[in-house]
Amino acid sequence: MIRFLLGRLLQAVPTMIIVSVAIFFLMRLIPGDPAAVMLGDLATSEQVEALRREMGLSGSLPTQYVTWLSHILAGDFGKSITSGDPVLPLMLDRFAVSATIVVAAVLLATLIAVPAGMFAAWRQGSLADYGLVAASTLLLSIPSFWLGLMILLVFGMWLEWFPVIGYVSLHDDFRQGLMFIFMPALTLILVEIGPIVRMARASTIEVSRLEYITHARAKGLSEAEVMWRHAFRNAFAPTWTLIGLILGGLLGGIAVTETVFTIPGLGRLLVEAIYARDYPVVQGCILFISVIYVVVNLIVDMLYPLFDPKIAQ
Amino acid sequence: MTRFLPRLARGRANLLIGGGIVAVLMLLAVFGPSLAPYDPLKLHLRSVLKAPSAAHLLGADEFGRDVLSRLMYGARTTGWIALATVALAIFFGLLFGIIAGFLRGWTDRVLMILNDSLLAFPGLLLALFIMAIAGASREALIVALSIAYMPAVVRVARGTVLSVREREYIEASRVMGNSELVTVVRHVLPNCMAPITVLATTMFGWVILSESALSFLGLGVPPPAPSWGNMLASGRPFITQAPYLIVLPGLCISLTLLGINMLGDALRDWLDPKMQA
Repeated sequence: MIRFLLGRLLQAVPTMIIVSVAIFFLMRLIPGDPAAVMLGDLATSEQVEALRREMGLSGSLPTQYVTWLSHILAGDFGKSITSGDPVLPLMLDRFAVSATIVVAAVLLATLIAVPAGMFAAWRQGSLADYGLVAASTLLLSIPSFWLGLMILLVFGMWLEWFPVIGYVSLHDDFRQGLMFIFMPALTLILVEIGPIVRMARASTIEVSRLEYITHARAKGLSEAEVMWRHAFRNAFAPTWTLIGLILGGLLGGIAVTETVFTIPGLGRLLVEAIYARDYPVVQGCILFISVIYVVVNLIVDMLYPLFDPKIAQ
Repeated sequence: MTRFLPRLARGRANLLIGGGIVAVLMLLAVFGPSLAPYDPLKLHLRSVLKAPSAAHLLGADEFGRDVLSRLMYGARTTGWIALATVALAIFFGLLFGIIAGFLRGWTDRVLMILNDSLLAFPGLLLALFIMAIAGASREALIVALSIAYMPAVVRVARGTVLSVREREYIEASRVMGNSELVTVVRHVLPNCMAPITVLATTMFGWVILSESALSFLGLGVPPPAPSWGNMLASGRPFITQAPYLIVLPGLCISLTLLGINMLGDALRDWLDPKMQA
């Protein structure tokens, strides 16, 4: 068990190194000298050279990489070109906003979709199953940004139930915060229900064909007991992995939802930095989101034995 | 019998509806330009933000451009990008996957570490990053999306190769004196076709979704060329005055994805009976 956890932890190390190398070199592909861009047209060559040294842009590429990485490991992601603020605190602030919405949405989507998928599997071939599969395929086909715009149009503009622009943190004012979080969270919940229902259904069906389920039924256990004690635990494991991927993937793709609802989250920070060619912020966000993605999947994998009785033993 | 009927209906419905939607869209992408009532870039200043009418069946946008014509040309833009991206991703994915699975050893290990690192980026984020560096253009979009979606193909191809490489007929092909290349092309590649076909169909959906998301963010197909994603972005400020500018392109994207998803399910049931649920 401990060996499994350690092994998984070690696997993440080369991945993170390669991800950091990739980001470092891709950032170097950007035409133009970042130091010259930062200082503008009026800077002297001495000023540019001094800034290059400060930013770790002098020396050979491997030296530059080591300098860069040591700065980042020390939490120094550089300063934003547009605002001059240090990048790390900026990202952490924005991340708190994105994480609130994403975690709330994934949690609620799971609570709705897993029972729905299992119910569909249990009643496989019935009209209810047919309806649930059709509904999840339909939801799977609607892009989050369009669904968001439609929700904004109906609930925000026509019915005027929720505020259309702006954001208030749940931390500052819980009730106001909920008003702002409702529409984006609803969007993400609806978008993620589709894949989770399908996965929960498929893995439950697969498990319920196995002999031990027949055995449990033959033992005279009630249908509810068979489903809960035997089918659920085994069927949930693959769904759990999918939920991890979704959680990480949403953090990567949340830029579009945040753009629709003008929420000051991490995705919005990244997109605005791209528009403004604020490369320290772009680099920081990409690195930050990739690390979160790797860490979320790591945690999901490490918790996997809890859900898969076969590995736990 | 009561359990069997809905399932049969579902299999057929997926194939018929999904296939039908995809076929109509492909026809639209091919013949759209000759069917479109107007030039999609032509400005009609008198019809700015005019709701659907006889002159403009689906209305006109903020520059008075005909929405129907733009949607039709948009189908072509999206279709081309998706086709090129999927083709590139499948080609290089098969190449690397088969090399890794067939040669094994260090080649395999290095290729797989690189591949897993690409998978360590959420798909859309990697594409976003490449677009940020390269700037918005169709070519950059195709390259960015094929890099983002290639790793899935590599995994499937390598898995298939590993599962067949020890089979007797591969051995037989070698014993007969066929070169490795002939063995791979004649005997390994055909085995990859079923899973890759299913994956390619699903990937079409992913690519269309990502392309429209990136175009919506202003990092995909650059205006004024119409794509469904950038039409949504440019119509967004007029959401209350002209909701059809938002509703229609989104409907097109959703309908396309629905068709592809249903077709993908039908293909999977047909080609991969084990996955049938």
